[in-house]
Amino acid sequence: MHEETVYEALANAQDDGHWAFGTGFDEPLAGVDTTVPDGVDPTDLGAYCLMLGDDALVLAQRLTQWMTNAPELEEEVAIGNVALDLLGQARLLLARAGSVGVLGRSRELATDSVPDEDALAYFRAPGEFRNTALVAAENGDFARTMVRLLAAATVRLAVLARLRDSRDPVLAAIAAKGVKEVAYHRDHAARWVLRLGDGTGESHRRAQDGVDAVWPLLADLSTATDVETRLAAAGVAVDPADVLDEVRGVLTQVLDQATLRVPEWPPAAAPRGRVGEHGPELAELLGTLQGLARQHPAATW
Amino acid sequence: MPDVTAEGGHGAVPTGPEVPVEPRRRAVRRDWPLYEVFVRGKRGLNHVHVGSLHAPDDEMAIDAARDLYTRRNEGVSIWVVKAVDITASSPDEKDPLFAPSGDKVYRHPTFYEIPEGVPHM
Amino acid sequence: MSAPTLERPAPDETALQRQFDATIAADHRIEPRDWMPEGYRRTLIRQVAQHAHSEIVGMQPEGDWLLAAPSLRRKSVLLAKVQDEAGHGLYLYSAAETLGADRADLTDKLIEGKQKYSSIFNYPTLTYADVGVIGWLVDGAAICNQVPLCRSSYGPYARAMIRVCKEESFHQRQGYELLMTMMRGTPEQRAMVQDAVDRWWWPSLMMFGPPDDASPNSAQSMAWGIKRHTNDELRQRYVDMSVPQAQALGVTLPDPDLTWDEASGHWRTGPIDWDEFTRVISGSGPMNAVRIARRRAARDDNAWVTEAATAYAEKHGA
Repeated sequence: MHEETVYEALANAQDDGHWAFGTGFDEPLAGVDTTVPDGVDPTDLGAYCLMLGDDALVLAQRLTQWMTNAPELEEEVAIGNVALDLLGQARLLLARAGSVGVLGRSRELATDSVPDEDALAYFRAPGEFRNTALVAAENGDFARTMVRLLAAATVRLAVLARLRDSRDPVLAAIAAKGVKEVAYHRDHAARWVLRLGDGTGESHRRAQDGVDAVWPLLADLSTATDVETRLAAAGVAVDPADVLDEVRGVLTQVLDQATLRVPEWPPAAAPRGRVGEHGPELAELLGTLQGLARQHPAATW
Repeated sequence: MPDVTAEGGHGAVPTGPEVPVEPRRRAVRRDWPLYEVFVRGKRGLNHVHVGSLHAPDDEMAIDAARDLYTRRNEGVSIWVVKAVDITASSPDEKDPLFAPSGDKVYRHPTFYEIPEGVPHM
Repeated sequence: MSAPTLERPAPDETALQRQFDATIAADHRIEPRDWMPEGYRRTLIRQVAQHAHSEIVGMQPEGDWLLAAPSLRRKSVLLAKVQDEAGHGLYLYSAAETLGADRADLTDKLIEGKQKYSSIFNYPTLTYADVGVIGWLVDGAAICNQVPLCRSSYGPYARAMIRVCKEESFHQRQGYELLMTMMRGTPEQRAMVQDAVDRWWWPSLMMFGPPDDASPNSAQSMAWGIKRHTNDELRQRYVDMSVPQAQALGVTLPDPDLTWDEASGHWRTGPIDWDEFTRVISGSGPMNAVRIARRRAARDDNAWVTEAATAYAEKHGA
């Protein structure tokens, strides 16, 4: 019964708030019971929510860079929808991290009037972000953008599908909502990869370049962090290694059909992004994202 | 004063002969075909024409229609059809096709006068 | 089996014109395949296309703040809004195409400077308060213009405008709400709001076009039911609406001559600087080149994407 209430609260909040008109201006988790289930370390849970939330936030920011620059107006609207979905997921997940007290130093820098989600998004240093290298990388051209979206959405869909059974009811509800969204992101990206790979000579070359650039980034998803291992054992989180076969299967299927060469899967490596090790491209992205909010730390927007 | 008018929602734009408006059909390679979009607003209703869009093929047309015309949960089902595949009555035929039915008022329920007391009519 | 093509008596132009006039006089809608005077078609294509261009170019001034929006909620709101504008542009291009125009062709005309967009989007957005003021004043003025267009005599245009107006009300509200929030914030934020109002107020008045006595094409458009109110009528309605909103917000409109005219029940503004308007609209606005360059890049740099999808469709028989 507990889970159903949470689910409904989220499902009903989706209508207005998702489209940002009307009355949907509430805190993302308003009205949701945020009690942590027994036997789960809140610090771990919060850290895990940051991983998934940061992935969504950073990818949303990357996709937003296409706005007013997209190939066709129809695609502009499509990319906007994907970015809005991810932004919505980021807000829920960051708010969930805040609700279990995982705020780090961000709370010291942000004034009290700043909600948790914004304290976390705007007042953490790059080293405190937990996203993978896959979402942080530059967009490149449209082909690379779509290959990356395909890879990121395939991974995310596999994770969220399993998280629907998470012992944390809030995470389970967020995942249930997200699965529907990310399934569309993946399919839309796959349709593009198909058309670009099997389109013209130029689009094939660009799509293959995109694949070759994106594949090495998948290494950052191969190994669980300690947090993920502990939470997976507790039935709260997903061990990323458990979804790798599924992800490989989907990506190989799409690339094969798109007449693209599937590169060798990168060897497993120690987690980097998930423990805060990032390249300069993330710092640059966050500089733009956070600049204005940090110029006016006492402001309310 | 410039030859300008407040036409269109976002206000003043120039008019006058320097702004060409010749309708022109052309098959430039980069053009995607025009699709007409029909949306079923909710169960129990017909699909209704809502507008058009450009897409390279049927599958992408469905994606685009979903993203463009149901951004606010306006629909439960979408049809797309290439505009060129629609057969329409031509304006020339307007009279022979439609004028006769204009006479047949007996097709319309209001043609029949029913006394007020009769229920469920 | 198809029937032989048989000759029918051709309807004469006078009868068609009479039928068109009667439809307009009865306040009924003209639909795409109806006969219509060439001037009506041309005027509509230009108006609808330039309206569409305005929506698309209008994404840019606010779009410049998408990546830097200062809260995740504001980012979502702004993204939904900018995305809506792409949608509105598409609804309108869709209406223009029912008149026999071609979207790619109209886009070319925009990029080549042969068709224009609203002069208001040639101003830069200098601070985040501009996002709020564009929602409040620019979208407010657009709504004043657009609500009557929901009754435009051309069916597809009227229907597109109904859809646009429904969605646009959120645009104005989010802008005004942002400004209210900022006015309750720090002194710096209040100063940002006042500065943005100072910069956007006069351009927003110019959105309604030149005064009626200098607007030679209005009469024909009014007769055709393409335009429903004169420029001055709409501008007056907008001023009367905006002044109390400014007071409620606590900002000063940058017009020392702004006075309440008890006799007529209207607010009267000072004189509008039409020379600036002429400069901005003829392409000397501060941002004109930037706006067009972005559209050109979106078209040209990504042409290979459009071509690829076309090639795929041909290969796979779609």
